[in-house]
Amino acid sequence: MPNAIGVINLAINQPLLHELTYSRSTAAVPFGGRYRLIDFVLSNMVNCGVKKVAVFTNNNSRSLMDHLGSGKEWGLDRKQGGLFILPPSTIPNGTFGGDLQQFAANLDYFLRSKEKYVIISSSHMVCNIDFSDVMRSHVRSGADLTLIYKELNSQTEDLSDSITLDVGLNGRVRAMRDSHIEQGSNKVYMRMMVISKELLVDLVKRSVSQNYYDLLRHVIMRNLDRWHVNAYEYKGYLGIINSITNYYRNSMNLLKPENWHSLFFCPSVIYTKVKDEAPAIYSEHARVTNSLIANGCIVEGTVENSILFRGVKVHRGAIIRNSIIMQKCEIEASAILENVILDKEVHVSVGTWLEGEKLVPAVYSKKSVI
Amino acid sequence: MFKKECIAMLLAGGEGRRLGLLTQRLAKPAVHFGGKYRIIDFTLSNCSNSGIDTVGVLTQYQPLVLNSHIGIGSPWDLDQKNGGVTVLPPFVEQNGGRWYKGTANAIYQNLNFIEQYDPQYVLVISGDHIYKMDYSLMLEHHKAQQAEASIAVIEVPIQEASRFGIMSVDEELRITEFEEKPKHPKNNLASMGIYIFNWDVLRSYLLLDEQNPDSSNDFGKDVIPRMLREGRRMSAYRFQGYWKDVGTVESLWEAHMDLLAEKPELDMYEPEWKIYAVNPNQPPHYIAPTARVQRSLVNEGCLVYGTVEHSVLFYGVHVGAGSHIQDAVIMPNVKIGRNVTIHKAIIGAGTIITDDAVIGSPDSPDVILIGENDYIQPAIIPHS
Repeated sequence: MPNAIGVINLAINQPLLHELTYSRSTAAVPFGGRYRLIDFVLSNMVNCGVKKVAVFTNNNSRSLMDHLGSGKEWGLDRKQGGLFILPPSTIPNGTFGGDLQQFAANLDYFLRSKEKYVIISSSHMVCNIDFSDVMRSHVRSGADLTLIYKELNSQTEDLSDSITLDVGLNGRVRAMRDSHIEQGSNKVYMRMMVISKELLVDLVKRSVSQNYYDLLRHVIMRNLDRWHVNAYEYKGYLGIINSITNYYRNSMNLLKPENWHSLFFCPSVIYTKVKDEAPAIYSEHARVTNSLIANGCIVEGTVENSILFRGVKVHRGAIIRNSIIMQKCEIEASAILENVILDKEVHVSVGTWLEGEKLVPAVYSKKSVI
Repeated sequence: MFKKECIAMLLAGGEGRRLGLLTQRLAKPAVHFGGKYRIIDFTLSNCSNSGIDTVGVLTQYQPLVLNSHIGIGSPWDLDQKNGGVTVLPPFVEQNGGRWYKGTANAIYQNLNFIEQYDPQYVLVISGDHIYKMDYSLMLEHHKAQQAEASIAVIEVPIQEASRFGIMSVDEELRITEFEEKPKHPKNNLASMGIYIFNWDVLRSYLLLDEQNPDSSNDFGKDVIPRMLREGRRMSAYRFQGYWKDVGTVESLWEAHMDLLAEKPELDMYEPEWKIYAVNPNQPPHYIAPTARVQRSLVNEGCLVYGTVEHSVLFYGVHVGAGSHIQDAVIMPNVKIGRNVTIHKAIIGAGTIITDDAVIGSPDSPDVILIGENDYIQPAIIPHS
């Protein structure tokens, strides 16, 4: 069991995904046929034995709170430790003071824990990572800070809007670069770090008094040379969910069984809120190929290269291609959907034809009736 | 403890001997069913959906799997502060202890458990059947009839009636006669093994029954006939809907095939009456470009490259390319290689079937059963 507590930091720097984040926070965006983005990092923490996790929330957190509940699904409904949902707090003059203010307002969360380290992570980097291995690397290196990265191919992956690491031969981070400003390496920082609690508390106290706002940009990135910053390379599947296009692309990547296996099973399983749906049922007329289908689906039509979330109904004669259909959508007979994302509970009437562009899917917001 | 109006006692000690290889290491109520569930999930979900929040589960044979499945009852919302689910295995006291001798004796040995809740009514059910039933409606009927005992009944084909406890009723549904497994049944109203008793009446009969050395301490054989003989007010509650005892390999297979009908009698997709189960936390299943899946139930965590027709796949099943699965029930985590053919079979959990194996045949009258964690190679063609 690692000597660490977790923080899922949703206070700032959360990419927005247009229609999908109009009424929910990014962390609560449905992904992979049955999950929400936050499930991955939360399960990763729990799977390595972290017993205490705080979630720094921001706006639009109803669906996120509903999803997390008491933390039971992740085994975090505990007397000791467990799940702490910590909403944003404003500084005395009424403005929002960034994530540093949220750390400062909740210092007791850290001070009351006996664990020595803190794992801080965002939720929009979808992966299955063994944090206990990261912790071993952190402790062995004797570093003040460990940053987790993945080396990506800039030809095939979209590295815009990312922070890259310049890693020396000794495994230390020499520089961090914001891809908005200057081009860096292909080592993309996964917005996950391990830091000693003592250093974190000290940084928060000093930075808040100087009116700093952003832990990553104002504190960590500006002071790299002051500390021993260790780099940890993650090698498994990574989906960076920072735009609708990337959301779509990374979802479709799950239709390759090796990615499906890597993200959902290696090294551990991903937990989510259970919906108690019966297994999916395929009728005599169902034609399904190269698709992910969740429980509770009733499939009577054609589904190709698509992802159906839990409880989707596809009536006879309907055709769905290259699309993502979220929970409880109903696609009536003879409707044709191509390159679309339907948010939850969308109803598509008989014979409707919806088509998006190949790389830019058309998105239909929650509960629309088409 | 708080007083409860009605608590349930769920008999889950069934050995399920006729299920052969499937019950070698677990009790009948723990046998997998419906692509996702275990048999007992249906009765536990019925309790939860009927508003019964206190359930004693009486276990006996091979309790390990059942105990860990039930846990503290959270999947069924039965992890309650007052009440909830309690597993009640046979226990030993200072002056000895014993196996539950019969269904009535199992309840008798747990009088203390029931009395904690000082209930007015006790619902006795078993964990051996597949059905959805609102017990609160039966309780209303019991009260309206001012009965001391109510028995749920269902019409069965007359030729099968001798397998059941058969009842005769008057026009007000009062039970006039009860025969356990009669050779020559007089009608087709079968007991479903679901009883509601006024607790004070049941209590006195359990004490009497225990003192009778000739009794087999069974509800159907001893307690119910005696109550009837002594003129207690007993009422029949008619149930309409799907109800099936899945006690044999044949009936277990049939019940799965029933789920694949055009309009299955048992609707597992009703949002107001969900069947709860322990969740194995698996991702959505993947249907490959080479696959064809029709008239089938497929659970999460499956990888399908071959053809699956008119079959039920539990979670974590892999079906290799070129394989053909027809009229089969494939239990959790079975791995099926390439070019395998399976017809009319039940494959136990965790079994591995290597490439080119052939199991069953399209025109075989029998259902082939393969046990759990088995290893099947092409040379071996098992017979039922």
